[in-house]
Amino acid sequence: MNSRYSRQELFKLIGEKGQKKICQAHVLIIGAGALGSASAEMLVRAGVGKLTIVDRDILDWSNLQRQQLYTEKDVIDQLPKAVAAKKRLYEINSTVDIETIVADVTAENAEELVSGKTLIVDATDNIETRLLMNDASRKLGIPFFMGAVVASYGLTYPIGLGELPCLHCLLDTLPPQTLTCDTAGVISPIIQVVAAHQVANVFKYLVGEEVDSKLKSFDLWTGEQAAIDVTPLRRSDCPSCSKDASYPFLSKESQTRTAVLCGRDTVQLTLPPDREVELRQFAEAIHPIVTGLICNMHLVACNFNGHRIVLFRDGRMLIHGTKDVVKAKMIASKLMG
Amino acid sequence: MSITLNGKAYKLPEDVSTVQQLLEHLELSKRIVIVEVNKEIVQKDQYDHPIRERDQVEMIHFVGGG
Ligand SMILES: [Zn+2]
Repeated sequence: MNSRYSRQELFKLIGEKGQKKICQAHVLIIGAGALGSASAEMLVRAGVGKLTIVDRDILDWSNLQRQQLYTEKDVIDQLPKAVAAKKRLYEINSTVDIETIVADVTAENAEELVSGKTLIVDATDNIETRLLMNDASRKLGIPFFMGAVVASYGLTYPIGLGELPCLHCLLDTLPPQTLTCDTAGVISPIIQVVAAHQVANVFKYLVGEEVDSKLKSFDLWTGEQAAIDVTPLRRSDCPSCSKDASYPFLSKESQTRTAVLCGRDTVQLTLPPDREVELRQFAEAIHPIVTGLICNMHLVACNFNGHRIVLFRDGRMLIHGTKDVVKAKMIASKLMG
Repeated sequence: MSITLNGKAYKLPEDVSTVQQLLEHLELSKRIVIVEVNKEIVQKDQYDHPIRERDQVEMIHFVGGG
């Protein structure tokens, strides 16, 4: 037996029957960075029927250290990540139907993206998009396999299985600052660990096996590991997963608002009203990667990648030197998570 | 005092004896963290929960990257 999926079918818990189910799945991956590259490659090799990848970013030299689908030529050609990903994935398995969408995931397109998919794999780089996908996942009843990384640390959690809490139950407030790969760095092995856990759970879900439903974390540098049964954290009044859910993150008001400032080469982002702003904490996190840092009672200002950036205490962020709102949101994600 | 933190032996400074103090010691107090002591989840409003010798503590904090 030497057919393409023979080794996976020989694995008894998948078998030919399980392989058929994998071949019928339509998986949505949110993000084509490091986690997205890793899970897309595994899923395409495994023979998922259809894969949709959404990403808003273009390639940069700093991606090549860990984003396994991309080459130097892709960076030189300034390809959007989703486009370069499709090119490589097609070389790996031309029988998989691969759809790529170069776009920002927002409250406007989230439901449309999720609709009709078998499941969602998380590979986004910020907490706001995760909460948005959590709401879309809960509204449409499609499971969302969460994963996140920074430095040598990562975590996974599958959302939408049985009576388990959703992401909104676990994070009752938006954190003012999460660590990001752009502020705290990241090593490539942790990507593989987190993506491996996500994809193993995806296989189990697709073949109808019980999914490992614990919230898990791994630190490859210190060797620390944790696995917590979070069942008690399910909130009966959760706005995103209870009976009377209102799916707040699917409404425009809860998203970061954007505006191009007239006559100036500047985008203004207004963070969601429930996102606390901690100027000191923000300044400490970005300190290693910015220049010209100023932090006072009213604002934090700095230079980053050729842009002057100012964050005010009221949650407004000005990004000078661009009129491109998607680019401005990417910069904010890199700095704040 | 010695505890097991995320599966590894961990020595606590003398002034750390509650979940809140441990979070501060680990510089996690401003982050979103899920805490478990001896297989029981400790809710946020109970962070004065004591930590004792040989306790098994698990802490998972949320990060943003991908
Ligand atoms: Zn919930």
